[in-house]
Amino acid sequence: MTDLLEVTDLHTQFFTRDGVVRAVDGVTFQVAAGETLGIVGESGCGKSVTALSLMRLIPQPPGKIVSGSIMFDGQDILKMDDDDVRGIRGKSIAMIFQDPMTSLNPVLTISRQISEALELHMKMDKNEARNRTIELLELVQIPSAKKRIDDYPHQFSGGMRQRVMIAMALSCGPKLILADEPTTALDVTIQAQILDLLKNLAREFRTAFILITHDLGVVAGMTQRINVMYAGRIVEKADTVELFANPKMPYTWGLLRSIPRLDESRRAKLVPIEGLPPDLIAPPPGCKFEPRCQYRRDVCSEKEPELKRIPNAKSDHEARCWGTQEGGWLVDTDWKREIGDTRLIEAIKQETASVTATETPGE
Amino acid sequence: MATASATQERAAELNVLSRKQRSLWGDALYRLFRNKAAVAGLIVIAMAFLVAIFAPFLAPFSPIEIPKNPASQMEPLWTGSKFTDPRYLLGTDFLGRDIVSRLIFASRISMVVGFVPTAIVFGLGVTVGVTAGFFGGWLDQLLMRFTDIVYAFPDFLFLLIIVASFRASPFGKLLDGLMLIFVAIAIVGWVGVARLTRGQVLALKEREFVEAARSVGATPRRIMAKHLLPNALAPLIVTAAFVVPNAMLGEATLSFLGVGIIPPTPSWGQMINEGFPLFSANPWAVLLPAICISVVMLSFTFVGDGLRDALDPRMKT
Amino acid sequence: MLKYTIRRLLLMIPTLFFVALITFALAKAAPGSPFDKNPDKPPKQEIVDRWNKFYGLDKPVPEQFVMYMSNVLHLDFGTSIRRQRPVSEILGQGFPVTAQLGAQALILALAVALPLGVISALKQNTMVDYGSLFFATVGTTIPSFVMAIFFIYIFALGLHLFPITGWGTPQHMVMPTVILALGAAAFLARITRASMLEAIRQDYVRTARSKGLREQVVIVGHVLKNAMIPVATVVGPAAAGLITGSFIIETFFSVPGIGREYVLSITALDYPVIMATTLLYAFFIVVANLSVDLVYGMLDPRIKVAK
Repeated sequence: MTDLLEVTDLHTQFFTRDGVVRAVDGVTFQVAAGETLGIVGESGCGKSVTALSLMRLIPQPPGKIVSGSIMFDGQDILKMDDDDVRGIRGKSIAMIFQDPMTSLNPVLTISRQISEALELHMKMDKNEARNRTIELLELVQIPSAKKRIDDYPHQFSGGMRQRVMIAMALSCGPKLILADEPTTALDVTIQAQILDLLKNLAREFRTAFILITHDLGVVAGMTQRINVMYAGRIVEKADTVELFANPKMPYTWGLLRSIPRLDESRRAKLVPIEGLPPDLIAPPPGCKFEPRCQYRRDVCSEKEPELKRIPNAKSDHEARCWGTQEGGWLVDTDWKREIGDTRLIEAIKQETASVTATETPGE
Repeated sequence: MATASATQERAAELNVLSRKQRSLWGDALYRLFRNKAAVAGLIVIAMAFLVAIFAPFLAPFSPIEIPKNPASQMEPLWTGSKFTDPRYLLGTDFLGRDIVSRLIFASRISMVVGFVPTAIVFGLGVTVGVTAGFFGGWLDQLLMRFTDIVYAFPDFLFLLIIVASFRASPFGKLLDGLMLIFVAIAIVGWVGVARLTRGQVLALKEREFVEAARSVGATPRRIMAKHLLPNALAPLIVTAAFVVPNAMLGEATLSFLGVGIIPPTPSWGQMINEGFPLFSANPWAVLLPAICISVVMLSFTFVGDGLRDALDPRMKT
Repeated sequence: MLKYTIRRLLLMIPTLFFVALITFALAKAAPGSPFDKNPDKPPKQEIVDRWNKFYGLDKPVPEQFVMYMSNVLHLDFGTSIRRQRPVSEILGQGFPVTAQLGAQALILALAVALPLGVISALKQNTMVDYGSLFFATVGTTIPSFVMAIFFIYIFALGLHLFPITGWGTPQHMVMPTVILALGAAAFLARITRASMLEAIRQDYVRTARSKGLREQVVIVGHVLKNAMIPVATVVGPAAAGLITGSFIIETFFSVPGIGREYVLSITALDYPVIMATTLLYAFFIVVANLSVDLVYGMLDPRIKVAK
């Protein structure tokens, strides 16, 4: 099967007063048609910038896609002219944004905001677009869609607005949907509904989607594969099942330790990842996670590991870690039992405290 | 492109976590001094202050005394006309008084009018605003009704009526009319500051840190002084930077209309008023004070804009 | 909407009443009398008494106020002391001139400010932007009478393009209109730019772009519609600024409007004219603010005016 999307060595940078921020630093991944992929990582690790880069929505300046290629449906998005990119946006690739409160235009009706894309890409007239909008709103289970179509965003609840965003994304039958933290701004109960809806609709329409989240719990039942990102790089990629069963990167371990699990005993404590993500202007020379890693050794700060296949792993499982690669000291480590060097954890904690102390409490 | 600033912020947020930070005020000061226009404005204002303070030493002639038998109104030296006199660099006014000396002494009026009423405006406005915003109730109601009325009065119209009404009274003649101008500007101006402070306090009152302070039993006085005022300070400082030139403008306009500073004391507005009837004959007697007003007002605006950008970079306009 | 409008109209009454009260109190507190213009030759006491009786100034002050207000309700504003003519007649003559000057200035200001603010926001940090920012700074900072001096020096004395003072022909109107418009234009341009910059960085603009809309459609359909809301709210204050500006400009250029009449009355302590003009100005400001609030309600669907 050929890939729908093939991102190769993508570099997106922001040129700021303080220096060049390497927000996305050599990211490579593929998505097949109809496939679902999760991209997971802490805030500021380059997930959203990756998504925006795919649609060339990086504000320029200060942002710039410096190098790499984004093959979509056989064409390189980065080599297209602006008109062609616009032809893809909303039509072949659609995006669902994080905050439905701010992502809808407050002074335009729901109908206007959905029809807009239909008129543009599907060449529908006003009436057709309106009827299609009603269908779409029904599809995303907005009650009495016909009546509510001329309402303004502020007349909808957060969950309903995110449904509107989903309807908008689906409107032109895209081949790929990018969902950037689609449930982060919503109540926990609503989150599940929205995720369910997204999953079912994607399956129904055979749309590929990329789900971006900081919450491994969110992607668990949603996607077929997962890429874990850290400091602008992919640090681990695997099947969803494989990743949860057999994670191979201390950063992923950290993420897993910090989500509550109902199936674990009550005594299993939530353990945060100590320390702060690195400065993307002057990142550490070795492994980007090394300053926060309680399993680190000297080699970690000297040289950055490659993203390499994990020996004896079940499927296509890769990780960027000296410890878990062939011959590493973590190959047989059970992350659930061995939490690493406790003295290191303390050291990282203290380091973090001293950095935060020099900062003034902001607003 | 236009979204640049938003992204710059986002980029900055990315760094914020690990980049060393200056303190809030230090950072603001740093940003202010990077702003060339604001620095230029500060320098001009500082110079105007020095000129005002040392006016008696700098002015070559008396600004008030009319010379005996003035030949005629002199023009500035550079005009090269026959009506020039090397003693009078910028010429003389219609009574033969040295314009340099009058401009120098007039700066005193502008500086004093800029700062004295502003102090009253802020003392009164902040006190009432904080109290009204914090306690609400009848004081708040009263303030809001009062501001509604004052808002139906254009500031300057109000100022004009007050000054015109009391100009002939003994109070109106105190300090060559300055006293009345101080009081009038203060009466007109304090309401705006009170309203702004009230709004700030109302917004801040709902914030978590005030809630937190209250929950540990801080007294209202302590909450006001330690939590509300410091956080409302930045917009107040920015406002001050605009209230000062506004007060100067008030005086200049009143004097220009002939109801401000009582002659012969020179003020820039006064000089324009006196020179205007002979504008076509000797334009410089009018242009020079006009230039002085413009330069000082622009300087204050540059500093005010600079302060606003420095203290609240998100508000950058 | 109708209910709200009526309530707001009713709320105007106390505001205007207090404006009248304050003005009246100030006028009464003022020392000096409009009749002793010449301190060297005071008029005979019996004549002053007769005048006082004629203008109702012999009665107690509260009674004078009540009398005045009841007359105002009948649109009788009394007689000008300075001009010995009914105030309504004086205002009736001056008002069309002031209204024309104000309307011209407001239209000019909007016509300059809106495009300037929008373009400067779209071309942020370019020469166009810096140029318009400089214009906005100078325009809001330099007082109108100072600006008028520079204009007269350059365009009247230097280039002989326009007459210095007077009113009537289009040439006469150019300078007063332009100078009066300048402050408002600068202020509105500044607000427009700020408001555009605020709107353009909102998330929904990114959403609009992600739909594949052309940049022009994004700007006109999504950004402008939001950016104009704050601008609409300051058109009221800007109009109020024009009113204040008008009496300085009218005095400066000898424009026979109510602004000049007002300044002349103030220096002459001509209460009836001061009172009437103040009330008229206050009325216009209140109406301007009200219409802005109503427009605001129409522009922004989030504001529910009808409550």
